[in-house]
Amino acid sequence: METYKADVVIIGGGGAGLRAAIAVAELDPSLRIALVSKVYPMRSHTVAAEGGSAGVKLPTDKLDYHFNDTVAGGDWLCEQDVVEYFVAQCPVELTQMEHWGCPWSRTPDGHVNVRAFGGMKIERTWFAADKTGFHMLHTLFQTSIKYPSIKRFDEHFCVDLVVADGRVQGAVTIEIASGELTLIEARAAVIATGGAGRVFRENTNGGVVTGDGMALAYRHGVPLRDMEFVQYHPTCMPGTGLLFTEACRGEGGFLVNKDGYRYLQDYGLGPAEPTPRNKAMELGPRDRLSQAFWYEQQKGRTIDGPHGSVVHLDLRHLGEAKLRERLPQIYELAEQFLGVDPALAPIPVRPAVHYTMGGIMVDGLCASPLPGLYAAGECSSVGIHGANRLGSNSLSELCVFGKRAGEEAANFAKSVPPGHSAELLKQAQAVEQRVLGMVKKTGGNERIATLRKEMAQTMEDGCGIYRLADTMQKTCDKLDELKQRFKNVHIEDKSSVWNTEWLLAIELEYQLDVAQAMAYSALNRRESRGAHQRLDGFEARDDVNFLKHSQAHYVADGAPRIDYGPVKITKSQPGTRAYGAAGEKAEQERNASHV
Amino acid sequence: MPHMSDIQKVIEIEVLRYNPETDKAPSSQVFEVPFTDDMSVLQGVQYIKDYLDGSLSFRWSCRMAICGSCGMMINGVPHLSCETFLRDYYPARVRVEALNHFPIERDLVINMEGFINKLESIQPYIIPKEPRTLAQGEYLQTPEQLNLYEQFSSCINCMLCYAACPQFGLNPDFIGPAATALLHRYNVDSRDGGKEERMDLVRSEEGVFHCTAVGYCSEVCPKHVDPANAVNQNKTNAAVDYFLRFVSPKGGAK
Repeated sequence: METYKADVVIIGGGGAGLRAAIAVAELDPSLRIALVSKVYPMRSHTVAAEGGSAGVKLPTDKLDYHFNDTVAGGDWLCEQDVVEYFVAQCPVELTQMEHWGCPWSRTPDGHVNVRAFGGMKIERTWFAADKTGFHMLHTLFQTSIKYPSIKRFDEHFCVDLVVADGRVQGAVTIEIASGELTLIEARAAVIATGGAGRVFRENTNGGVVTGDGMALAYRHGVPLRDMEFVQYHPTCMPGTGLLFTEACRGEGGFLVNKDGYRYLQDYGLGPAEPTPRNKAMELGPRDRLSQAFWYEQQKGRTIDGPHGSVVHLDLRHLGEAKLRERLPQIYELAEQFLGVDPALAPIPVRPAVHYTMGGIMVDGLCASPLPGLYAAGECSSVGIHGANRLGSNSLSELCVFGKRAGEEAANFAKSVPPGHSAELLKQAQAVEQRVLGMVKKTGGNERIATLRKEMAQTMEDGCGIYRLADTMQKTCDKLDELKQRFKNVHIEDKSSVWNTEWLLAIELEYQLDVAQAMAYSALNRRESRGAHQRLDGFEARDDVNFLKHSQAHYVADGAPRIDYGPVKITKSQPGTRAYGAAGEKAEQERNASHV
Repeated sequence: MPHMSDIQKVIEIEVLRYNPETDKAPSSQVFEVPFTDDMSVLQGVQYIKDYLDGSLSFRWSCRMAICGSCGMMINGVPHLSCETFLRDYYPARVRVEALNHFPIERDLVINMEGFINKLESIQPYIIPKEPRTLAQGEYLQTPEQLNLYEQFSSCINCMLCYAACPQFGLNPDFIGPAATALLHRYNVDSRDGGKEERMDLVRSEEGVFHCTAVGYCSEVCPKHVDPANAVNQNKTNAAVDYFLRFVSPKGGAK
């Protein structure tokens, strides 16, 4: 087995991983960085983010407003000190992206332009047409090429962390093109592997979004925090789940039911006005909009389609010219995949799983409880999203916390001595035996696709927009069963070169662990908050018992152990989450009482 | 799930297979795949992997024509398989092969190292014309200035243009369409001052003069980047530079 000696290993080459790598390289060019990614970095799922990235920009806006929107949007399950740091760093990091060449859309006088987004009081979403994630990812990837200390391991698949003397000391990877394993020694590691949305059936995520890093940390004893909070994005393509950005509504699009009625006004989001009003109607937060869809469906006011019920995203009144300028990708997706010209006809949409709010538990410095292990981006739970993420906060998160994770990991690496190579290699060889054993094994009879499909279906059934104890219990039981059946998985492909069936099996095993953490965390949260909504006697938020973070702990061959940790409240006491006219009234009352 | 009434249709997908550990040369294999009208070629290939032959290898991720992973030759034409639909080939058989002009690693997976090396060689990052601190805020850039390079920044590195380029087929060292478009993207960015450094490559043996203006690269580009336009603008630039360097101490590059 080859060994590569690095100082910091970064697992994941999307937005957060690239930003972390650049941060390490800028902090100390003498540190050797290994950037491991199972795909070429520009294939990472950051590429698919569309609408934009949040950061206070306009003179009428304030950091406090961004803070309040984020904390209330997260139903007060946010780490408020971390949110405060986050909102202050967003404009700095987005300006950094501008200096690195990100093609932000501009105002006529040349300033970066901002657009409205759901749950945000003031327009503060920086955007590059409707391909913001694509442009940020390519800008970061191309910029990373400047730094000779970043050694990329493209198309290398991470199969384990190496932990010795109570701290992370490396990672073991498979080179996909050869099937050969490598030990990457490092004095600190950053996990930046993205979310886990593919554990659900209908989702907006790319095939790579399989929760790898979450499972890696989890199996080494790091808790996964707030995993029950999974975001359904309200406007996705039926069947495939492909995303129609929230910017469609930020630009003025309507959501209507089968009667052409803007139904959101029936769910505390009105009044319905012809032009968008921030934090109202179509610019409400994602959890509320997806929940409203569910109720419309119950009332029989949705439209039947070949892939289930839909409502209509109506962009016609925006006109072709504006759609082509502001939403060119959406235009082409609708035309090519649905045969719909959005200037002439409404787009059928339904909610689909989009984002994993929870993740690897880290503090505000991106440090996990396992020394030397850091995490950033969707795989992490740094505490800014709470129970419901606001759209456009996650791209900013990649920059702000990717940088921070990189710098903290670099400092940690410099503070500890290198490990004992022989001991690390011994561990790595044991990992090699285990993963090669999966391919060599014969006699299995479970098909990967069958297990994956059953997992995705049971997650949708039990952990969807609304949840009930008995269906969540069924999901937990089903996942236990699938984990048992996985032991009997059959890999047809016995070759070394590009054996993607082998990788799919390893990914599925990661997914089953992450899915268990989600389902058990959901079952145990006996209240409704943000994206976790119950209909079985726990319909209300319960701050007495559940204003706390869930923490799922890995138990080998068993159900996860769930316990809870405190939520950091600094300046925003939990209040009523209200939007539309009700939200404005509540805000006025709050302001009056503060005078 | 597809409706049962739709699933009656079956299309033949002919896949070029190659496993370097067991095969001397690539060969075709035909699969019968049930499909619905909204299924992409990628979904057809995924069906094969999931239910018919788990050993089939290919790259894919986003399913929405932005990650650039799933380029394949489909009936001899380079396409992103996620936005190419089986219905458009039915009832005939559809043939799927690895992208032209690249070494095959396995089945539909090509070796893209050469492309990555080219991309890295063109200094694809801002070399500031006037350095600016973060405290000084953003550079101003008008929509017109953005417009000069935005199209060339839309390249998703899917390499369809290389599979279409006859010159790249003859000379794998030719820098080729996508990398030239990216080079041009930075050269014409109002924030950038690195054109002079990059133009050495344009003028070199591997540079733009290899292009014979076939224009097929722009035809197959799924993102309207129009790399042929970038290549030809750089031919003019390189030619101008070539003559100017006899009269100007800075080689004529601005």
